[in-house]
Amino acid sequence: MPYVTQEEAKASPPTVATPAPGWFARVMDHDLMASFLASRVTVLAALVTLALAVLALFAPLIAPYNPFDPAEVFLIDSLNPPRWLPAGDARFLLGTDDQGRDLFSAILYGLRVSLIIGVLGVLMAAAIGITLGLVAGYVGGRVDAVIMRIADVQLTFPAILIALLVDGVVHALLKGASREDTAFGVLVFSIGLSFWVQYARTIRGSTLVEKNKDYIQAARLVGLPPIVIMARHVLPNVIGPVLVILTINLGLAVITEATLSFLGVGLPPTQPSLGTLIRIGNDYLFSGEWWIVAFPGLTLAALVLAVNLLGDWLRDALNPKLR
Amino acid sequence: MLAFIIRRLVQSIGVLLAVAFIAFAMFRFVGDPVNQIVSIEASAEERAQIRESLGLNDPFVVQFARYVGRAAKLDFGISYQFRQPVTKLLGERMPATLELAFVSAVFALVVGIPMGVYTALRRDSWLAKLFQAVSLVGVSLPTFLIGILLIYVFAVTLGWLPSFGRGEVVRLGDWWTTGFLTTSGLRALILPSITLGLFQMTLIMRLVRAEMLEVLRTDYIKFARARGLTRRAINFGHALKNTLVPVITITGLQLGSIIAFAIITETVFQWPGMGVLFLQAVQNVDIPIMAAYLLLIAFLFVVINLAVDLLYAVVDPRLKVTVRAA
Repeated sequence: MPYVTQEEAKASPPTVATPAPGWFARVMDHDLMASFLASRVTVLAALVTLALAVLALFAPLIAPYNPFDPAEVFLIDSLNPPRWLPAGDARFLLGTDDQGRDLFSAILYGLRVSLIIGVLGVLMAAAIGITLGLVAGYVGGRVDAVIMRIADVQLTFPAILIALLVDGVVHALLKGASREDTAFGVLVFSIGLSFWVQYARTIRGSTLVEKNKDYIQAARLVGLPPIVIMARHVLPNVIGPVLVILTINLGLAVITEATLSFLGVGLPPTQPSLGTLIRIGNDYLFSGEWWIVAFPGLTLAALVLAVNLLGDWLRDALNPKLR
Repeated sequence: MLAFIIRRLVQSIGVLLAVAFIAFAMFRFVGDPVNQIVSIEASAEERAQIRESLGLNDPFVVQFARYVGRAAKLDFGISYQFRQPVTKLLGERMPATLELAFVSAVFALVVGIPMGVYTALRRDSWLAKLFQAVSLVGVSLPTFLIGILLIYVFAVTLGWLPSFGRGEVVRLGDWWTTGFLTTSGLRALILPSITLGLFQMTLIMRLVRAEMLEVLRTDYIKFARARGLTRRAINFGHALKNTLVPVITITGLQLGSIIAFAIITETVFQWPGMGVLFLQAVQNVDIPIMAAYLLLIAFLFVVINLAVDLLYAVVDPRLKVTVRAA
């Protein structure tokens, strides 16, 4: 509080007159924003993430060609190098792939697929993890023991292995359906089942603490059913840390999807993600067509790096120990 | 100490049984085992007969017990796609994967620990900052991209190293083949093991750095300085030694994931290991191989974990005391 003399206090206008700051001013004034703007790397990472997200979201509008429209793709255009190289074709900024698809357009569509699967997969993992964590923490006893032992066993396996197994088993169970129709859903499902443990453990831990507080006891006394108490009273108070895990896991989910597609058990070449494009490009590495693998690879690396940097920052910024 | 080991053993067996249950459930319910054996024209009676002879009509618990019993004798059934015993298929490919994983782990330790020590001691030097930046990139780049990049630079452009296969291998004993004894075998190991070990290397580097920074702040290091010990003796004799406990844990835990991540590296480098076999099994729904691989990874993990726990007691004498007291 700055020192104010009586005269100044009289002269200053009544405080009521100042309007409440708008949402923008409030956001800019927040601790988190200050720490965000203080780190140039984080700002850059946020810009890159935003730019890639916009490119992915508006891919059909930005892309010069539709790589899935056979009427626009000609085999005669295949394996063109990028535009700036001597043999390049002015129509194709980053060159073309083995089927004559414009690589720039294919990357935009691939980025879209990769991001959507990543986000949906992470959300599914969070939904599974939060539900199981809440139930384990709140109900306790044998239910808790079973859920957490499953989590322990699953933790002994790397997520990529779980995702591969789930992918294989689900495709085996869906024998009738073609890979093209099911690949998308199966990928989201595999990622969801591979990454739920971390959410469940975090939520369970905070639920155990909240459970014994007075307001929960009060809610119980009023006679609310457990499901309402969990969803409306416990959940809002334990959901905080999930945001950080979501951001950190998004990078992992994108990598997992790309890896599965690269290994040939993810998305088929007819609806390529970044991983599928890299898989296609890898076959042409030895014949000198480096651009088919290089540009999708760079896009993937930029996306994951930017998201990871954001996640690291968020984790540190929200960690009270580091304040 | 003995009680501690026994407790861990019981826990490990529990984990193995749980994984065996999942493997068995896959084996039994995903795809009908009978369909994989008989021809399409087989009559209903023939099918019923095979079903009975395979014991598929027995109670679930009996079937599970039989599966575990066979698995304990290393009998995992016949692969659907190769029509050969799974044990033989996995056994043939195991040396390639284990050698790759071993070299990767050694690479990660031998490069990661000195880098971690350096970045902790000379925190503000440009080289330390470079290492930090490289480690961030190493964490963010997917394994297969690193492999492709290495192949493009060192195999395609420079032509220094082979880009696929194991090179010449030498047969040792009945079933072990090694690439350690020939030049081409050793050269073939370089790129895949860097690819596989890079992630673990950055992990170890970050860990050693964080631990070193922590330890260097403690009183006994200040006391060692006050005693006038040389920097070398303080940094390596006192500080580094105390960072090794977490390093052992992480390396041990990571060994399991190195073997699992070998699936990707083996695909990129066409390395004839278990990972490629597993991937083919996933693509062709070859459940016996998938189930056996799952059990194998779980078994390796459990064994490594036990070994790490035992190593703890050797490295950290305090643990021995508390365990004895407990």
